[in-house]
Formats: sequence, structure tokens, C-alpha cells
Amino acid sequence: MVVRTRVNGVWREADVWPGTSLLVFLREALGLYGSKNACEQGECGSCSVWLDGTLACSCLVLAAQAHEREVRTVESLASGDRLHPIQEAFLEAGAVQCGFCTPGFVVAVADLLEKDANPSPATVREALSGNLCRCTGYQKILDAVDLAATRRRAGS
Amino acid sequence: MEVLLPHSLDEALAIKAEHPEAVPLSGGTDLMVELNFGRARPPAIVDLNRVGELTAWREENGNVFLGSGVTYATIVREMQAYKPLVQASRSVGSPQIRNRGTVGGNLGTASPAGDALPVLAAYDAEVILRSRARGERSLPWNLFLTGPKKTAIAPDELIIGTRWRRFRGPGSFSKIGTRNAMVIAVAGLCLVIDEERRRVNVALGSVGPTILRATEAEERVSAALTSSGTWDDRSAPLNPQWIDEFAELVATAAQPLDDVRGTAAYRRHGCRVLARRALGWALGEWRLPTWL
Repeated sequence: MVVRTRVNGVWREADVWPGTSLLVFLREALGLYGSKNACEQGECGSCSVWLDGTLACSCLVLAAQAHEREVRTVESLASGDRLHPIQEAFLEAGAVQCGFCTPGFVVAVADLLEKDANPSPATVREALSGNLCRCTGYQKILDAVDLAATRRRAGS
Repeated sequence: MEVLLPHSLDEALAIKAEHPEAVPLSGGTDLMVELNFGRARPPAIVDLNRVGELTAWREENGNVFLGSGVTYATIVREMQAYKPLVQASRSVGSPQIRNRGTVGGNLGTASPAGDALPVLAAYDAEVILRSRARGERSLPWNLFLTGPKKTAIAPDELIIGTRWRRFRGPGSFSKIGTRNAMVIAVAGLCLVIDEERRRVNVALGSVGPTILRATEAEERVSAALTSSGTWDDRSAPLNPQWIDEFAELVATAAQPLDDVRGTAAYRRHGCRVLARRALGWALGEWRLPTWL
């Protein structure tokens, strides 16, 4: 079936098998490889995107469900070669090891900071509880969130 | 495979009438896993995301109606007055899962580990079903959930929502799992006290083929609260012996199995612990002055 979705502000369409997940649609049909395919069962958060502004695992969304709707992916965050401040914070804090989980974490952190500019440590942990880092670099990731949140508050 | 995208409930019911084999899809947290792993290849899927009628909840005539498309995130945000339901909803998956997963999905999947289900059972909720041919009907939760992943829904019906009588009294949902997120319950328990009817209701999840009510425990502890005078004077303490007996009777009501997540013995013990704690919390909450 033809799925037509507004992805990062641009209408895109592709003819896919009706059982295709939004994740596979983004990666295989649209060539957006930022959202990672790992567990395919909503456990790891590596494929996190926004569907109509709501954080979701794209592996658990049927591509057809995103038909005529709005999707934002990790690719929407950087502008050209300039990284998003959250991405910068991840680099500076050493929150990137193998890097596979990073796009999902960055999206989840962006979702959190859009809702709560000054999240408590408990709120950060809760907000990131759906994202797994198999390198177990959680402390550096928490440091990166702290850095990004502090800079965001200073800048606004 | 065919995917159907209705924009209204009437349209969705017409699709179910014409394609009774179409599997409903909402948050995707169950069905998409089956699809991704090649375990399910339904001939048709009907997406309920665009059916706005299913995404509302409301209080009406002393009852609460909860639409089948209401997500756990919405429950946590909007339904604070229903604390056990909020506690169960908060314990579902992760933020990403709670943003998408729905109560209708818990009902339709009918896993004994569905976190919202013990709460609906403790509330004595009914499940509202509708078809184009026969209109609406409602079934008490225990007639709807007929077994592990089995329900009484007809092929042309959709789950519209669930409804329960509003009542006053403390209560809680608690569950046992290996971490605080992304956990399928090893045992889950909801206890609510109905002050007006002077009843304690206790429902168990993940410890039987379907959700179980610990009816003997309920009757004994409700009677014990009468003999201790606690229904009339909340500061009147319940004899600790009754709390022990309650925990034991709840554990006895479980019908657990050994599986990858836990042994039957551990689950039964878990029920005993959850029951004791839940009763303690409820009585403690009761004793708090109302102005707190």
C-alpha cells in the first residue's frame, strides 16, 4: 500500500507491504537510518520518534498508522553540519560509546526537555527508562542530560 | 494483508461487519511485536487510531466510562482520582509504551499479566462491546475474560470501553518484577475498599490463567472490619491476626504456574506480601485526617 507521511516537515510517500512498521518504512523506504532497529518489540527505545508530537517506538507503529500524519525523527534535530545542543552535550559528556542507542536517547531527552526544562534526577531516569544502552554508559548519559538541561536553561 | 483506516466508529464497525477477520490495532504494543517477529499474519488489520470516539473517558451518573483507545499516559495525566488505575498505568512499560498502549489493548489481548486488568476486576468493571448488527452489549469483566488470551468478543465486535461504578475508599495497585520499568508482572494485585458497601475487593494478575478475585479473603476481611468496628470508626485497629489471615487467603486464591518469569511458589509468596502491604496501605490511608 502507498503510505504518505509528513516526515521532518516534508511529505514523503512509498509503496510498502501493509505489515511494514514505521521503523522499517523510515529506514528501508525513505533511507532515514537514524532510527535504529534493535529489539523490534518496544524494549530498547533505539527507534524512538515523534508521531504527531508524541514520543513512540517506531517499531510498534504500523507504517499505515502514520499515513497522513506527522513524524519527526532524530534527523530533524541537527541543522546541516551543526549538531543539536543535546547531541553536543552527549559528545562532550562522553555519553556515546558504540553509539547504537544514541539516536533513541537523544530523541527521548529532547522530548523530556521540551516538557520539563529542569527535570529532577528521578524524572530523568523515569523519562529514559524505555531506552537501553548495552554498553551500560548510563552515568555519562545522565551527565549529558544534566549538561544539556543546564545549557538550555542558561540560553533561554 | 490489507490495512483498513476508518475515521469514525461507524466506519470501524462497518469494517468489522464486512471483515470480521480484521484484527484491531491501536497502540501496537502487542500486535506489532507479533507482526515484526513473523508470528502473526492476519489477513486484515483495522487501525483504530483515527477513531476519536474511543479516546475519551468521562464520569456519568455515578459511573466512570473509560474508552478503549485511552492511553496509559492519558490515564496518568488525567485520572488522578482513580489512584489504583493510575498506579497500574504508571507501571506499564516505558514512556514510549504508555504513550501508545491502551486499556482496550489490555482487554483485547487478555493476557493475565495485563496491568490494568486487576484494577478493572477490583472495580467490578464491565466491558462494553459493539457491533453494527446487534448494537451494544456489556459483559462483567469476568465473563469477558474467559481464559489466557481469550475473550468473549464476537468477530464482528469492537471493544468500546469499560465502565465501573464510582465509589469512595482507599486502594492501590502493586506488582512484582525485576526492575521498575519495562516489566511484565510476575504477580500483580489491586485492592480497593468500597466504603459505602463495606467491602474490600482484591484482584490478582499474572498468577492464574486469567485475572482472579480472592473472594474468600475479601469476605473474611470485610467481616473482620465489621467486628473490629473499623467501618464506623476508622481509628479502630484491625487485629493483626486478621491481616495475617487475609494475606494467607489471598495467597491461597492464586493459581500460579512455573514459567520463565518466576516459580509458582515465588508468585504465591508474592501475593501474600502484596496483599499484606496493600491492606496496610489502605488502612493507613483511611486513618489519615481528611484535610490532608
